[in-house]
Amino acid sequence: MTRPAALIPNAAGLTKSDYQGAPSTLCKGCGHNSVANQIIQVAFELGLKPEDLIKLSGIGCSSKSPTYFLGMSHGFNALHGRMPSVATGALTANHKLRGLAVSGDGDSGSIGLGQFKHVIRRNLRMVYLIENNGVYGLTKGQFSPTAEDGLKLKYAGTNPFPPVDMCAEALISGAGFVARAFAGDAKQLRELLKAALAYHGTAVIDIVSPCVAFNNDDDSQHSYAYGRANEVPLEDIGWVPPREDITLDDHEPGETRIIELHDGSRIALAKIEEGYDPSDRSAALTRIGRAEANGEVITGLLYYEDARPNLTDSLGLGDTALVDLPEERLRPSREALERVMDRH
Amino acid sequence: MTVPHPDAAPPPSAGPTSRVSDFSLMVGTANGTGSQTANTTLLRAIFNMGVPVHGKNVFPSNIQGLPTWFHIRASAEGWIARQAPEIAVAFNPATLHQDAETIPPGGVLILNGDLAGAPQRDDVTTYSIPVKELMADVEATGKIKDYLANMTYLGVVSQLLGIPLDVVRTALEQQFGGRQKLVDANYPVVEKAWQWSEANLEKADPYRIERMDATHDLMLITGNDAAALGSVFGGVTFVSWYPITPSTSLVDAVKTHLSDLRVHDGKPDWSIIQAEDELAAIGMLIGAGWAGARAMTATSGPGISLMAEFTGLGYFAEVPAVIWDVQRVGPSTGLPTRTGQGDVSFAYTLGHGDGRHPVLFPSTAEEAFEFGWKAFDVAEQAQTPVFVLTDLDLGMNTWMSTRFDYPGEPMKRGKVLHGDDIPEGFGRYRDVDGDGIPYRTLPGDPNPEGAWFARGTGHDEDAKYSERADDWIANTTRLAKKFDTIRTLVPAPSIDQVDDAELGVICFGTTIHAIEEARAHLAKQDARFSLLRLRALPINDEVERFIEQHDRIAVIEMNRDAQVAGILRAELPQYAAKIASIAHLDGLPYTRDQIRAWLAPHLDPSLAYEGDPVARETA
Repeated sequence: MTRPAALIPNAAGLTKSDYQGAPSTLCKGCGHNSVANQIIQVAFELGLKPEDLIKLSGIGCSSKSPTYFLGMSHGFNALHGRMPSVATGALTANHKLRGLAVSGDGDSGSIGLGQFKHVIRRNLRMVYLIENNGVYGLTKGQFSPTAEDGLKLKYAGTNPFPPVDMCAEALISGAGFVARAFAGDAKQLRELLKAALAYHGTAVIDIVSPCVAFNNDDDSQHSYAYGRANEVPLEDIGWVPPREDITLDDHEPGETRIIELHDGSRIALAKIEEGYDPSDRSAALTRIGRAEANGEVITGLLYYEDARPNLTDSLGLGDTALVDLPEERLRPSREALERVMDRH
Repeated sequence: MTVPHPDAAPPPSAGPTSRVSDFSLMVGTANGTGSQTANTTLLRAIFNMGVPVHGKNVFPSNIQGLPTWFHIRASAEGWIARQAPEIAVAFNPATLHQDAETIPPGGVLILNGDLAGAPQRDDVTTYSIPVKELMADVEATGKIKDYLANMTYLGVVSQLLGIPLDVVRTALEQQFGGRQKLVDANYPVVEKAWQWSEANLEKADPYRIERMDATHDLMLITGNDAAALGSVFGGVTFVSWYPITPSTSLVDAVKTHLSDLRVHDGKPDWSIIQAEDELAAIGMLIGAGWAGARAMTATSGPGISLMAEFTGLGYFAEVPAVIWDVQRVGPSTGLPTRTGQGDVSFAYTLGHGDGRHPVLFPSTAEEAFEFGWKAFDVAEQAQTPVFVLTDLDLGMNTWMSTRFDYPGEPMKRGKVLHGDDIPEGFGRYRDVDGDGIPYRTLPGDPNPEGAWFARGTGHDEDAKYSERADDWIANTTRLAKKFDTIRTLVPAPSIDQVDDAELGVICFGTTIHAIEEARAHLAKQDARFSLLRLRALPINDEVERFIEQHDRIAVIEMNRDAQVAGILRAELPQYAAKIASIAHLDGLPYTRDQIRAWLAPHLDPSLAYEGDPVARETA
């Protein structure tokens, strides 16, 4: 009898259960739980060392979820809308770590919109997940800033305001990796997560992650039913580790775009939507606008470029993490102090 | 005990006919006209004459055009508190008459002779500088010429005070830090004005500088620069900040010193990030502290307001961080370019819910340096945000300072466990040692036993989410115990106790300079009191003993609401009735005579003193 794959140790010598966290306290069926499961699966498949990664979150249902995965990794459940600043400090102090951040549409689109945009401007190396359900769950059903115009909710009535589109905000802030996923499409989410973890800057994935308690009516744009009926994948995405051959299953080679990442891994994008070019920022913005007008949930890698330096590069940091510097590099010598004082 | 009535104090202008190295001078100019170079050079020239000197810049919240004043006090006895000026250099047409009126009879008025409507006063000595004439052959134009025009009063004032030309030249070179081109442009104007003064002005006033040897081993430095240098020797590796007066020059100085001293193989051993606001600045700080870096920010009152949320998180998640608050005058935007001590009670308890934070109070440049490195030791030992409350007066003004002592002990990094030292079943918030301070581990540690999840929500001693009442009580009780341990970690008060003194005065920060001068002055008249200068909150046993041992206590502080007096009354309720308050805030540093007047009724309660109209009695 063969052992189930999850019980066979990965390259890090860990089994899948080593990547789990505490049992979820979110509602049964919550989209955030399936995202947590894909994170566990991806970390296991990639053989991530738990100590190489930190988990970060803000406040809200989504931000609770880092407790439910990667229990052997350090994490910080920060303040509402302020996770990006904590991440910036932590990942600058120790730029050897990878950041995996989980936020929500209220956390990043409302109270934290400023920090969301500024962390992208700085291009901090981090995966930035927005578990987007269009509603405030923990406070029981208010509109979030991503709720569509005209959405009717039991508690909040009819939404009179246009939505903030997190992918559009990321794009105009200068993000080089912008994707949208649907919690009900596990395979695509896993490939996007792997590619995002390999990206050298801020990788934003806006995940439509339905709230079964407050915003899951079939005609709501953040519901499971709506996502299943209206998801429009722009391409079929596959992530290929460094030194592994690319096998192109169903697509002609000419229809597949290969993107090489800084760590030698590659993203293979098999074209689905004719004429969509994920390297054209303004085309991506235009496509997002059209999706909003048509009520489509477009998914996939909406935009990719890797020209901009990340924050570590911009700060000019060396190989040693700041937190690992020995005391002799932290405190200059007695002679150095004398020299400075001689100038006064 | 005899107590001099404040009205009996001699006016500052009276005294011997010859006033050698003992006077105050004020320069009135418009902001943005480049007068700062002339003013600091004059200050430096007096310093180079070996005469104790101090300068205070009283400036507007403005880039260009509004009035600004620079006060220089020379004091052979070494007093450096603010003092009403006896000499006015009036170069700002907008404040010409106001500046002239400031001068007491017998004083000196030095005018820009080109300004129309010069004030006439026959009870002061007036000199007029023909600025246009002296600038006639200067080739510069526009703004540069305006800048250079300030060199005329530098030359004339130096000559009138008896400062030799070569001393002024050296001071100018120091001021420009070896940029010879600037010296070459400015010095000829100084020289011409100095020589013109010697040839044309008849010295008719008593004020002069005579060489001494009292500044030989001293430096001239701003408090912000000293704080920055101390931080760099404290091993700061991460700075996140948002620009705000009067703290900006602290971060600028940190960057200068880090670039000079902490570069390895061409790469910085540090990062400085200018954040989008103070919310993000302290968020980054908390993130960096959690990751294990020595991290700091510098800000002022409005920034502290925005930092309340994260300070509470830092307190509760127990993350080390150092926050410099260079205080200006609040509430709200207040007086952005004036000094005060109004953030004490706010900083001490910053954040909603229960919680208190260590607050350090440097008084001098030496202490700004010392607390610069010590604040990191306290923060990492106590695993909590530490505030250093300085003020605009210390931060932005130029002070004489003894040379700084190199940190006398290795860095105290606190209870951090690494690798195999992390025990099985490690609990982040367990009080293993009974001092309320738990052990922490850092992200990136390969031992999975050490992994924990930092949070601002209720947690048990293993850092797990908990809403249990017993967990909450255990955790917050331990935090209170930790705060008692912190009493022993922060700098102890500086105490000068006088035998049999009935009055004990308590102060902190920069008010000490006026208080010490008033104290020496009063002592000559046999009015003595004990003095305790707080160097930090929370207080320790010595503060309690000091209060216990005196019949009366007066707490002097630069705010309206008697904040520190209130903290002392609340923490030592058994002595609350005898803790009186002298609380006064108008944006300006105190003078000796203010302190004398305010202390008189405390020295002898039977004295019927009407009181300064703005000094409140809240005992």
